[in-house]
Amino acid sequence: MSITVHNLSKSYKKVNALNKVSFEVKKGELFGLIGPDGAGKTTLFRLLTTLLIADQGTATVAGWDVVNDYKAIRRSVGYMPGRFSLYQDLTVEENLNFFATIFGTTLEENYDFIKDIYIQIEPFKKRRAGALSGGMKQKLALCCALIHKPKVLFLDEPTTGVDPVSRKEFWEMLKRLQKSGITILVSTPYMDEAALCDRIALIQDGKILQMDTPKAITKHFPKTIYNVRAHNTYLLIQSLKAFKYQYSVYPFGEFVHYADQRNDFETSELYNYLEAQQLNEITIEKTNATIEDTFMELAK
Amino acid sequence: MKSDNIIEVENLTKIFGDFTAVNAITFTVKKGEIFGFLGANGAGKTTAMKMLIGISKPSSGKAIVAGFDVFSQTEDIKKNIGYMSQKFALYDDLTVKENITFFGGIYGLSKKQITEKRQQLVKELGLESIVNTLVGSLPLGWKQKISFSVSLLHEPKIVFLDEPTGGVDPITRRQFWEMIYQASNRGTTIFVTTHYMDEAEYCDRVSIMVDGKMEALDTPKKLKQQFEVDTMNDVFLKLARG
Repeated sequence: MSITVHNLSKSYKKVNALNKVSFEVKKGELFGLIGPDGAGKTTLFRLLTTLLIADQGTATVAGWDVVNDYKAIRRSVGYMPGRFSLYQDLTVEENLNFFATIFGTTLEENYDFIKDIYIQIEPFKKRRAGALSGGMKQKLALCCALIHKPKVLFLDEPTTGVDPVSRKEFWEMLKRLQKSGITILVSTPYMDEAALCDRIALIQDGKILQMDTPKAITKHFPKTIYNVRAHNTYLLIQSLKAFKYQYSVYPFGEFVHYADQRNDFETSELYNYLEAQQLNEITIEKTNATIEDTFMELAK
Repeated sequence: MKSDNIIEVENLTKIFGDFTAVNAITFTVKKGEIFGFLGANGAGKTTAMKMLIGISKPSSGKAIVAGFDVFSQTEDIKKNIGYMSQKFALYDDLTVKENITFFGGIYGLSKKQITEKRQQLVKELGLESIVNTLVGSLPLGWKQKISFSVSLLHEPKIVFLDEPTGGVDPITRRQFWEMIYQASNRGTTIFVTTHYMDEAEYCDRVSIMVDGKMEALDTPKKLKQQFEVDTMNDVFLKLARG
């Protein structure tokens, strides 16, 4: 096991940030923590990177205990915090050399390890970090987190606020990086990114709601879901919510996801009801639950 | 200005030094429309939005927002629009009630109007138990919902929302969009940016900016037909990746 977490809890004054969280991450695994702001993701990262001490519970990273062996952990993990935290007034190259020196290595020594990412920012190596675009800052931060060839990489919301194109590129980069054997723990509020992990944990209010592979996790949704569409989405949502047998109603892109309380539900009944609500161009089709459906069901 | 347009933009351009951030964009937004304003980071969205809300002077072109000119009538624009950003929403060290009173005052509402609006808002959002809570201790989703309501206090004709749902949990994200639908249903125009492509589907029309230019503008349905793909995410990837 690359990471083991057992009953980990942490509170700040009144707020219970993490509440008896347990999970394990295998060596070489890409493990995703999926949850919104305030779920406890960052607290968990800080505990595992030895920047905070838990109130209760134990954890190991790369075989080391997070309290007793904190120095060994700091040498063998890479951490990219959610907030850009490199030196803005050092250049790209200076930042990299600085982090390499701290870890007793050089850019040359581990060049091959970060090459895939570094070549994308190398043309700007004389530019100050503060003057880089968002996407380039992110790549530099990743290079700095990898410069000492860590065994475990922690990425705290690397793609928050990043556009879909850059997000896709970032994940392609992670998948290539994973092939080198490194263990990656990554957090994100984007449910579509969850599908790219080997396993995921859905987390909210300091608790793990469910843990599984992205494919299997949707099996935890207990009902059949229907894609419903009509000419007026707002009226459709209002009407579905007012339907007495509704189990859940959530807008999903161009459709509204509808689940019924009953197992012997007939779509024709819903169709007639919606028609009576003055809705036109109605379509109702069975669809599969997504990770986001599952999350909302478990978070209810 | 055509009577059913609330925004008319023609060849609007902003140049910083030798960099053209916004390159001659032209479009209109209808009254009551939910208008999605998409683009990659650095495509020029924020710069364009700043010009439209009257806090950045365009280099050239024309734009009328809520009946006022972005060159000469910026103060009138500010009074007639609402604005909410992801980064700055409310004052963390004021309570919910104090924030509403403060922003109501800024927007020039009378004490009586502020009290009425506050009571209405508390009732609609179910804020009874947290009205005297410091905003800083509320979950992000709550902050964003209150912030949106505050941006509507002075009943603006149009409200600009800059990534209002970033990092918000999926349920609250949907509640937020129901509030948007509701405001739009009451006749308020919504101008919104987002990185969630499922949210692009909720808009009446969507524009996509690439390198300072507006490369696409249509209903989500027609954009998907035009680019021969099934989702807005694919439309976005096709356009922005070239």
